[in-house]
Amino acid sequence: MTPAATAPGADAGSDLLARARAALEAVTDPELPFLTIADMGILRAVRETADGVIEVDITPTYSGCPATDMIRLDVEVALAKAGIARTAVRNVLLPAWTTDWLSADARAKLLANGIAPPVKPSGKRALFASEAVTCPHCGGHDTERVSEFGSTACKAQYRCSSCREPFEYFKCI
Amino acid sequence: MPAPTDAHFRYVLRLADSALILGHRLSEWSGRAPTLEEDIALCNISLDLIGQARSLYAHAAELEGKGRSEDDLAFLRDADEYLNLQIVERPNKDFAVTMARQLAYATFAELAWGALKASKDEVIAGVAAKAEKECAYHVRHAAEWVIRLGDGTAESHSRMQAGLDDIWMYTGELFEVDAVDEAMIAAGIGIDPRDLQAAWTAAMDEVVAEATLTKPTAGWMQTGGRRGLHTEHLGHLLAQMQVLQRVHPGAQW
Repeated sequence: MTPAATAPGADAGSDLLARARAALEAVTDPELPFLTIADMGILRAVRETADGVIEVDITPTYSGCPATDMIRLDVEVALAKAGIARTAVRNVLLPAWTTDWLSADARAKLLANGIAPPVKPSGKRALFASEAVTCPHCGGHDTERVSEFGSTACKAQYRCSSCREPFEYFKCI
Repeated sequence: MPAPTDAHFRYVLRLADSALILGHRLSEWSGRAPTLEEDIALCNISLDLIGQARSLYAHAAELEGKGRSEDDLAFLRDADEYLNLQIVERPNKDFAVTMARQLAYATFAELAWGALKASKDEVIAGVAAKAEKECAYHVRHAAEWVIRLGDGTAESHSRMQAGLDDIWMYTGELFEVDAVDEAMIAAGIGIDPRDLQAAWTAAMDEVVAEATLTKPTAGWMQTGGRRGLHTEHLGHLLAQMQVLQRVHPGAQW
């Protein structure tokens, strides 16, 4: 759709913004493809500037998350496919991303995909406290941490002592 | 007193350089760590640090305003232009030495980033907010290993003690303040690391005691990294880290 195709009198600006929002809803996290970047809280804002540029704010989950560059590219591609040519993707650091921003829907999807969602609000952690993580496979509570670092920056490795299955845990940050 | 803009550039560069050099050092464990889980953990920590450095280098390049990019700053400076703390360039040696270095640095970094969240420099404050949380994980990881090895077998205990002894003379530099710091503290951009020393000492003491180790006596402390004076190890590290950009300038993939 080009601006010329917009019906006279229609609010062309909000239409552009609506199309941008719709396109961005389909962008998923490359490491967790069942979650959108909106579910994840990575997509922070979508704006239209006075001169018709769509500005998108994204925030990294971890400083060195390699998916950040990929997500940026996916956002640009999604907007281009929607016929939106003038875009600016900004990487914002403040406020810092936290697992508290995961939507309820995102937590349910994590669980359905065998990844235990974060168990509690982020915050200052005690040096030797360990979290009670529920097994996403059998629902058992007798689980043990294998390593606080896993296949991606955001996940830890756990093992269930009831069903003996290993699983990943989306750690609180 | 350095010019305000130069002090700001150097302050950001010091933060970036320490994060990058330690990130690179830890990446040397990739494929060589004692267990698969440890390999993954050290690479994750390395990635956090390199990520912190990237945001800071991009910011430093802007502050400098001479057209250098984050890659230019990382790959095209020699050892005497690097302003990192000496502790982060120390060789990995064995796993115990690496864990002692991790404990000392990460404990400091978590406190420093926590304080830098209030920086008037928005990029520093933004990096700090994230880095503080990441470093909390790094501290816990290192503390668990120091305790496990210290309070382990006679062999692991003696090697963990040797690790702590190995890095101790590089911990004094963490709390130094010079004209660059003073200018940045006055501007509300930087922090006074001496304010963190009591908390750092208490945290280290807690882990050292739990690990049944003996805290090394404070003797001669090395200094100079933040002024560009380095141990011989930094040059070797840079040779490996920079070789591709030196041989193929501007290479991208």
